[in-house]
Amino acid sequence: MNSSPARYSRSIDWPTVLLYLLMVGLGWLNVYAASYSPDAPANPLSSLGFQELMAYDWFKQILWVATAVVLIVILLVVDYKAYDTFAFVLYGGMILLLVITPFIARPIGGSRSWLELGPMRLQPAEFAKFVTALAASRYMASINLRQQNFRDQLVLAGITLLPPLLILAANETGQALVFAAFLLAYFREGMSPLILVILAAGGIILILALLVPKLWLVGAFTLVLGLLFAFNSRLWRHHLPLSLSVWVVVIGMVFGVDFFFNNVLQAHQRKRIEVLINPSADPLGVGWNVTQSKIAIGSGGFAGKGFLQGTQTKFDFVPAQSTDFIFCTIGEEWGWLGTTLVVVVFMALLMRIVYVAERQKSVFGRTYGYCVASIIFFHFCVNIGMTIGLAPVVGIPLPFFSYGGSSLWSFTTLLFILLAIDAYRKQDLERY
Amino acid sequence: MQYLEGRKYVVQAIFLAVALVFATRLFYIQVLDGSYKLAADRNTLQRIVQTPYRGLIYDRKGQILVQNTPVYDLMVTPREVKQLDTVRFCQLLQLPPEEVRAALKAARAFSRVKASPLVQNLSTPELAAIQDNLIDFPGFSIKARMARSYNTHTLAHALGYVGSIPPAFLEKPKYSKYQAGDFLGITGLESYYEQQLMGRRGVQYRMVNVRGIEKGAFRGGEFDTLSVAGQDLHLSIDSELQAYGELLMQGKRGSIVAIDPKTGEILAFVSAPMFDPATLSGKGMGNRYMELLNNPERPLFNRPLMATYPPGSVFKLVNELVAMQMGVVTASTGFPCNQRLVRCTHNHEYPSNVGIAIKQSCNPYFYQVMRAAVLRGRSTNRFEDARLGLGEWRRQVMKFGLGEKLGVDMSQEKKGLIPSPEFYDKRNGFHRWNYRTVYSLSIGQGEIGITGLQMANVLATIANRGYYYTPHFVKSVGQGGPLPQFRERHTVGVDAPHFEALIPGMQAVVDGRGGTGNLASLAEFGISVAGKTGTVQNPHGDDHATFAAFAPAEDPKIAIAVFIENAGFGGTSAAPMAALMMEKYLRGNIAPWRKRWEYWLQGPAEKFVRRR
Repeated sequence: MNSSPARYSRSIDWPTVLLYLLMVGLGWLNVYAASYSPDAPANPLSSLGFQELMAYDWFKQILWVATAVVLIVILLVVDYKAYDTFAFVLYGGMILLLVITPFIARPIGGSRSWLELGPMRLQPAEFAKFVTALAASRYMASINLRQQNFRDQLVLAGITLLPPLLILAANETGQALVFAAFLLAYFREGMSPLILVILAAGGIILILALLVPKLWLVGAFTLVLGLLFAFNSRLWRHHLPLSLSVWVVVIGMVFGVDFFFNNVLQAHQRKRIEVLINPSADPLGVGWNVTQSKIAIGSGGFAGKGFLQGTQTKFDFVPAQSTDFIFCTIGEEWGWLGTTLVVVVFMALLMRIVYVAERQKSVFGRTYGYCVASIIFFHFCVNIGMTIGLAPVVGIPLPFFSYGGSSLWSFTTLLFILLAIDAYRKQDLERY
Repeated sequence: MQYLEGRKYVVQAIFLAVALVFATRLFYIQVLDGSYKLAADRNTLQRIVQTPYRGLIYDRKGQILVQNTPVYDLMVTPREVKQLDTVRFCQLLQLPPEEVRAALKAARAFSRVKASPLVQNLSTPELAAIQDNLIDFPGFSIKARMARSYNTHTLAHALGYVGSIPPAFLEKPKYSKYQAGDFLGITGLESYYEQQLMGRRGVQYRMVNVRGIEKGAFRGGEFDTLSVAGQDLHLSIDSELQAYGELLMQGKRGSIVAIDPKTGEILAFVSAPMFDPATLSGKGMGNRYMELLNNPERPLFNRPLMATYPPGSVFKLVNELVAMQMGVVTASTGFPCNQRLVRCTHNHEYPSNVGIAIKQSCNPYFYQVMRAAVLRGRSTNRFEDARLGLGEWRRQVMKFGLGEKLGVDMSQEKKGLIPSPEFYDKRNGFHRWNYRTVYSLSIGQGEIGITGLQMANVLATIANRGYYYTPHFVKSVGQGGPLPQFRERHTVGVDAPHFEALIPGMQAVVDGRGGTGNLASLAEFGISVAGKTGTVQNPHGDDHATFAAFAPAEDPKIAIAVFIENAGFGGTSAAPMAALMMEKYLRGNIAPWRKRWEYWLQGPAEKFVRRR
């Protein structure tokens, strides 16, 4: 803390801050719309008491935003080295918290993952993201991922996998899946692209195996491979073992998907994937969310029904509309213009974060930056994907838009630690 | 390290690819695919139809015949039914358990969450008996609606009945405004005047939330319409006359139609056997309908409109009028009663003019009248001559409203039959028939068929000396008068002097010494009746009796046609019945010394048949 506030202020990446404010502002507007009730008094802030106001999500969101601003100030004031130094300490504390949470939390919505602190409810899983990102980045800075050091890779994998496993134990599948996003950051730091390719192929095979009969799939793949062999003698002569092993792996995956689908996934998770392929399979059960959410967004049209004019969201056809399904309110009231604006703003933020990450001199800073981008990107993908029927229904919020203190705080922390690191990077340059 | 920097482009490309997929998908579901907008409206819009008050039906004198009373449907929502105590429930409703179980099963098949009727048409006292106990049976509720009730026990055939819309109707565009379970007129006036009686339904669009709770009007009620009550019908039927006619026709089969010739208004419309209009309303209506349907006497058959019989001798009037208009006979033309041509019923004075011929109902006379009208030497081929002549004759006859629908305000009307040359060509072969083949028509027998309504209308035409107004039941729809088609005068193409020449003969039928219709005389009241008897040969049993008349002859106020199946000679039963009806209408009551005719006329038709 040896520089003037003005100089420090100049070193903050303002475009990111402005994008952040824009998203939180738009988010609040839509939380207001989603929790708006035509029966409420015209001027609730002056006519209602604090307790009554606390019944409205939009009012509580004001409090969350206000506290988030305080949080930002604290995050920016703390010496950036602290994040580096205390990364593992924070990580250890987080692991401890995740371990004890299921034992001290009351069950809410089928999972024991919410801690109650007075009037507030916090979800440790939300905060596990930035803590793990810090620890992973810290460890990344100390190793060289490309050097095929198996032990280092194993430790990194352990750091990344331990929190999601604990979260999974508390039955928060959605929050656990988020940790898959770290792969994108590791890819940038030198992880073999093969892992991404295999995962992508696995995903495609999973979807195909659910859409087409398995024997057709096996037959078609064998045929393609056979044709390649027939017309490409080089492949036949030089890559026979490789080709055959790919064939075996793919066949294994096709049947493995089946096993995974029927034996590993829980019944409700299986249903969510089935519904993705055929929403009319269970129109009043799991299919309800997907169908109603698509109806709400689809009925918005090009320019939307107008602020507070949404019917599908207002009349409770869409569940969890201020939290996980906030995108439905945006879609219904602001139309394609609104949803596209949200997509564009997210892209702008992600591109800016990548830009900020790339200008870090330290591996720690850069890795952390990519972790931030990947985590936000994963939420963006899955949350919007599920509302428009492109991803299974997974209960994770839309960053900065969805109602909720834990979510807003954790994403704010995630983002502003990066900005803090970035700001001190410039100061470091000035110092030396 | 340098080559890894390139991977930032891979990461950015992945980000952009997903964004592009989302924007495209969103464009598709939000802008291109309209089905989501429809689905959204289906979700939130609830259409509430307000059924207006159905129009009332009054008789000629303003007495109310048909009105609306509240009835109650016991509704059941299968999902909410919990542990039904079937025994107690059946005791309460006084229904057998099998019936309740079957109805519950049907309701479940319709919908588990929507209410559907379990027992319909409960009256107010029936409701009172069960309402207080209903609280013990969750899932059951009461829905009130308006149903028809009747202030009369007569006129069932004309009034028709109201029932719930048949499912097949719902797909027809004409019934697009109706919903399943709506009520509408099924037959009679209720059906013909459905549009007017129904009024205009009001529709309100309400927005509802996911639990079906109302959230206010859609767009401030911009698309809502108010319901408009149905229009009342003022019938031309005289209730007292109608009731009297039904009394006289008790135990018989047949019809009476009385028309006011000056307007075409139907004064009485009796179809025997008859039933109480209330039979086809209220609880148990379906069962009673089936009973009526399966009754061998066919009480549902609307005889005045649907039963076509040969008119018998009454048709001689039309035959004569057509021939006179053609100029082939005059009022003073005489023909011998030549029994070799066609059998005559009895020996009588020489028919030296039309008056005597009609009074004596001389068959050979009218045989020769029609022959003169048909065989006019248009062709040297006698077959072709008969063919051309019959065609011309038929065209003239049909102007009397015979052989085609008159267009009365009721839909079941039959055309009857005036056979055409083509009819005989088809039956006997081209040029293989001549006048000898068709002569029965001249005396109203053979292939000819007309309805009771048509016969009454012919008499109204004669009473008017050459024109008629299409017979109709409704004098006024609301305050607007009859439908426009009933204000139009139809002339039959026969000049008035020919009628004047014919009518004295008809008066002689009733009042002349030895006339066939002497029993129809109202001369003691100074009323001159002009009429004609008819005895319709019936190959299946006893002959049918008919009598058609109008009165007073100089200034006709009523034209009537009575048709009694299997009652033999028309002068015996049909003529006195017509007389009583005319007396009732013209004088308001029956003279005490004539009451004996009522007793004489009551009872089954066979008592009138003279056994040989």
